[in-house]
Amino acid sequence: MVDSRGRPAVPAPSTAGAADPATAAGWVDAPPRMGFFTDTSVCIGCKACEVACKEWNGVPTSGLDLLGMSYDNTGALTANSWRHVAFVEQHRPAGDGSSPVAEHPTGTSCAAGTTTATGTEPGLLPGRPDAARAPEFLGMPAAGPPGRTGSAEGRGDFRWLMMSDVCKHCTRAGCLDVCPTGALFRTEFGTVVVQEDICNGCGYCVSACPYGVIDRRVGDGRAWKCTLCYDRIGAGLTPACAQACPTESIQYGPLDELRERAAARVDTLRARGESQARLYGHDPNDGVGGDGAFFLLLDEPEVYGLPPDPQVTTTDLPAMWRRAGLAALAMTAAAVGAFLGGRR
Amino acid sequence: MNPDRAAVGDRFRRFRAGRRGGEELAVPPAEFTSYYGRPILKPPVWTWEIAAYLFTGGVAAGSSLLAAGGQVTGRPRVRRAGRVAALAAITASAGLLVKDLGRPERFHHMLRVAKPTSPMSMGTWVLTAYGPAAGLAAVAEAASLLPTRGPLGLARRVLPPTGRAAGLTAAALAPALGTYTAVLLADTAVPSWHEAYADLPFVFAGSALASGAGVGLLAVPAAEAGPARRMAVAGAGLELFGAHRLENRLGLLSEPYRSGRAGALLRAGRALTVAGVAGAVLGRRSRLVSALSGAALLAASVATRFGVFQAGVASARDPKYTVVPQRERLDRRAAESDR
Repeated sequence: MVDSRGRPAVPAPSTAGAADPATAAGWVDAPPRMGFFTDTSVCIGCKACEVACKEWNGVPTSGLDLLGMSYDNTGALTANSWRHVAFVEQHRPAGDGSSPVAEHPTGTSCAAGTTTATGTEPGLLPGRPDAARAPEFLGMPAAGPPGRTGSAEGRGDFRWLMMSDVCKHCTRAGCLDVCPTGALFRTEFGTVVVQEDICNGCGYCVSACPYGVIDRRVGDGRAWKCTLCYDRIGAGLTPACAQACPTESIQYGPLDELRERAAARVDTLRARGESQARLYGHDPNDGVGGDGAFFLLLDEPEVYGLPPDPQVTTTDLPAMWRRAGLAALAMTAAAVGAFLGGRR
Repeated sequence: MNPDRAAVGDRFRRFRAGRRGGEELAVPPAEFTSYYGRPILKPPVWTWEIAAYLFTGGVAAGSSLLAAGGQVTGRPRVRRAGRVAALAAITASAGLLVKDLGRPERFHHMLRVAKPTSPMSMGTWVLTAYGPAAGLAAVAEAASLLPTRGPLGLARRVLPPTGRAAGLTAAALAPALGTYTAVLLADTAVPSWHEAYADLPFVFAGSALASGAGVGLLAVPAAEAGPARRMAVAGAGLELFGAHRLENRLGLLSEPYRSGRAGALLRAGRALTVAGVAGAVLGRRSRLVSALSGAALLAASVATRFGVFQAGVASARDPKYTVVPQRERLDRRAAESDR
């Protein structure tokens, strides 16, 4: 079953076990499961991750395309973009129920009703009543760090959400389950990777992914997605995107460790008043058995273009086969009946 | 950026389900959030070849059942028509499936593994077993054209029994061939396909039966088409029942089956099915009416398959169909855990 390097001889379905997908897939003495924790609260939208990924993995360009969506001209995860930085510009008017700006590290503008300065600490800013009414130019970046000017000048009731999206490397991966060639496989690190010399471009994985990640490359015909830098992590290196991230928004490491770190980070943010901070994809009991790449978000998942409650489609597969079996029986019965049902 | 303009993220933050207007909705307009209105899912990369294969695969399945019925009950003309149609349809199917691959020259990579979790892999093996059986059964029909002596004379004697065995094998596999494609579509994240998994197999089984019956009505004299007529009635019944449930039982996810191009195709399919069955039953004395009914049933199957295919694609393209049902599921779960 297993060769000298501990590789499984027979691919096993990823639905087999949720705890350790590598072991469930047949790996012996698998290393700890590795993953990404992407903390969007410190993402600055520099797109270094997108560039580093393209450089290291030799991902082709997708051409120049201005989408008119804030600073996002990548648009989505595709065969040619394995990291995608989303930019969300939000207008948060005063009195929308969010917490006071003093407790808001991202500086949404709930203090717009006050007229006097309330302090000089980061994020503790005087409000501007007019900012609550009219949308406003966000301004060019200043020389100093935001929130430390001691002035409300240039700050409106907006916030920017930036998030570097990536393949989730699901514990129960739909793409892997439906792949009819065995091109998609589970690595010893618990990640999901396409073997480019096997994939014949059937496109089933594209429709099976509940996150819309994996994609067929036009002209090439095969399916491509993030490999969690399988070549780098096998050599003990950090994946290119995490290595390039200047704010440690993208953190790479053993999944258990990342989950602990993420839980602590969410507690910190909530204690500071960022009541909307939540983890996404961290729960091993969710519809995909938890993600190998999970996120800290500051709003609902769909705001970032993520599905709010993804489910691996193969959960229902036994029920589907049963219904198909029933229909097949009905078909047989109808055919038999058609020939026995009359003389002519 | 113009300061008078609302922020882009804000303008796109809320979408109303009824924003296109003019369409009657069974469910109240759903409010949901999305990222600039962009789809969350990737729409299927499959093109018309797969929709066409749903049809040709169904024709092959229906025709093999018809042929086996003709074989067992001693109706040689029904048997011959079914076997020839099955071979033609399965040959077209193989061509369409290979053509749709991103790397057609690697089609044989499908045979590397047999994965129960992949309906496409299971379908590959059904096709691999069915194809040669259907082919052999059809080739056996040519036995009477061979000379009576020599090596070909031997073939002339061996082919008919081989053809009988192959025909029964093909018929045994036909129900699997006719229904696995429903699982193929349902086992995806495409909302309107996945949630329809209970009904799609019946639509496809009915459509396969009706198209097989269509072959019989087209190819066989009216006097011998009795079984094909009964098969048409049964198939149309299953298909109409299943399609009705697709269009009404799935809440918001039924919408793609009723609106747009998919809705038009499914309505056309229903009209053609009804016309085909009516013609098959009422025109049983007329060869022409029977043949027209057969053609209508085949056309109905084409329309239904393309309609179902289009509905799925439409449901993947609009983030509404991804977000709203998942939100409802979350809300339901939250309400249950509160209790």
